[in-house]
Amino acid sequence: MAEPMGFFTDTTVCIGCKACEVACKEWNQLPASNGGRNTLSGDSYDNTRTLDGIHWRHVQFIEQFDETRQNGRWLLMSDVCKHCVQAGCMEVCPTGAIIRTEFDTVVIQSDVCNGCRDCIGACPFGVIGINPASNTAQKCTLCYDRLKAGLEPACSKACPTDSIVFGTIADLKKLAAARVDQLHGQGETRAYLYGADDTMLGGLNSFFLLLDRPEVYRLPPDPKMPSRNLAPGSIWSALGALLVGLMGVVSFRMRGGREAEIAERERREEAA
Amino acid sequence: MSGLAPSSTFFTEPPHWQWLIIFYFFIGGLAGGTYVLAALIDFFGRTIDRPLARLGYYVAFPATVVSGLLLIVDLTRPLRFWHMLLESNTWQPMLKTYSPMSVGSWALLLFGAVTLVSFLAALGDAGRLRWRWLARLRPPTIAGGLVAVVGAALGFFIASYTGVLLAVTNRPIWSDTTVLGLNFLLSSASTSAALLVLLAWFRWRVTFGIHALERFDAWVLVVELLALIALVVSLGEVARVWLGAWGALLLVGVVILGIVLPLVLLWRTLRFTRAGVATAVASVLVLVGGFIFRIVVVLSSEQATRGMGA
Repeated sequence: MAEPMGFFTDTTVCIGCKACEVACKEWNQLPASNGGRNTLSGDSYDNTRTLDGIHWRHVQFIEQFDETRQNGRWLLMSDVCKHCVQAGCMEVCPTGAIIRTEFDTVVIQSDVCNGCRDCIGACPFGVIGINPASNTAQKCTLCYDRLKAGLEPACSKACPTDSIVFGTIADLKKLAAARVDQLHGQGETRAYLYGADDTMLGGLNSFFLLLDRPEVYRLPPDPKMPSRNLAPGSIWSALGALLVGLMGVVSFRMRGGREAEIAERERREEAA
Repeated sequence: MSGLAPSSTFFTEPPHWQWLIIFYFFIGGLAGGTYVLAALIDFFGRTIDRPLARLGYYVAFPATVVSGLLLIVDLTRPLRFWHMLLESNTWQPMLKTYSPMSVGSWALLLFGAVTLVSFLAALGDAGRLRWRWLARLRPPTIAGGLVAVVGAALGFFIASYTGVLLAVTNRPIWSDTTVLGLNFLLSSASTSAALLVLLAWFRWRVTFGIHALERFDAWVLVVELLALIALVVSLGEVARVWLGAWGALLLVGVVILGIVLPLVLLWRTLRFTRAGVATAVASVLVLVGGFIFRIVVVLSSEQATRGMGA
């Protein structure tokens, strides 16, 4: 197995050019929204709006202005599949379409997926969607095909500010830690890493440097695995089955005198 | 985008499981529930109740077939439905014990086979098929007992795993509780008993085992009400999503129309003993309430977005 690979996305240097989105769309031949007749969101420069089956990179424009609009900032962040070490999508996939590659990335095999959409609801980050071109669930593959050929993913290749850095997880972690130290040293003490250590879903193979709470970037503060509910949910169901079975047995065994009477009377009426 | 969402589940996307899935949850629940009841009647009822159990077998098989079809049609690549059962590249069996959908696919396939056997056995027993030996595949024979035990176990599974499946995601409501499987199971039990009572009432107008079914239904409805309360309590902050139209539908459609009113009607019929119009009305209400419950559970989560509950 090759070394685990991933992305480090440093949101402090993102300029919102969307070169990553375009490079991703071009390389992966993703169709345009609504047959090319996309609408504008009307409330920011973010007309992509969300990650889905045909948007595998999404540059978020988060506008933080006070009432007077004297003070404010834009937070820009190129969002992408997190390639979780413990991947919720892969866990629930009933066809085995979602696999972990030799690069420790998570890839949906489009020729296997049958579009049950369980992974869409299971992804803690809302990354996956149906691609209308294939009618299967799709998301970032971390350019598996390019990695196989020794190339870096299209988005990081195109990123003009190195907001998106591709590399081995070990290298990226070192780079990210140094960058946080640098920012803290410069007085930007809000900088922190999201998903870099293994406490979040075993580690996110694409992790982020953020300047505000995760929720502000539409990231879950506490993402979890779907299977957390499997054992308790099954136990409750089994107890319910036991109770229902018991009630059924008792009800069909509990035939009082009156019931026997009615049955007898009805039998007589039937016969008559 | 100030995010004080009550749960991290609000940062996810809906899978677009809508009406086909709602109908599957309802009809699949009926398939599992009617089979379980039929088997219970066969094992613990009286000889006079056997026609009632037959009704259960008559419902379970077609309902299972419809369930499978609904699920296949809901796929965005329906012709690949078999990928749930066989690995498409290796032709090896595809089974993940920790994925409810994977286990559910196999359970539905097996349940389809067992319900078919019991369906034919019931037809044979009723003398509607030339092959009378088929009746031996129904209790009290040993072979029939085996079929019914396996079928009832699968029936319980089919009636409840859908709730567990919803919980084993990261969507709001669904994965913010662990009791949905229990809720679905109880609702399947009550709607199935109601359906059998209704069918029996149309068919014979006499009580036979109907009385026992009604009493069972009443008990289940009481437990169902308690489990619904447990569901809302377990949701905690997330239950705020139901403050509005969904909550109103849950209260009026599920609790009042689907549980309380039928309980009042059943109490009357259970006291006055004769299966009358009240019986039929109560049964229809239970069925409607069970259907509305699935609508509320599925669609309220489908429509929950990042902004909600924030």
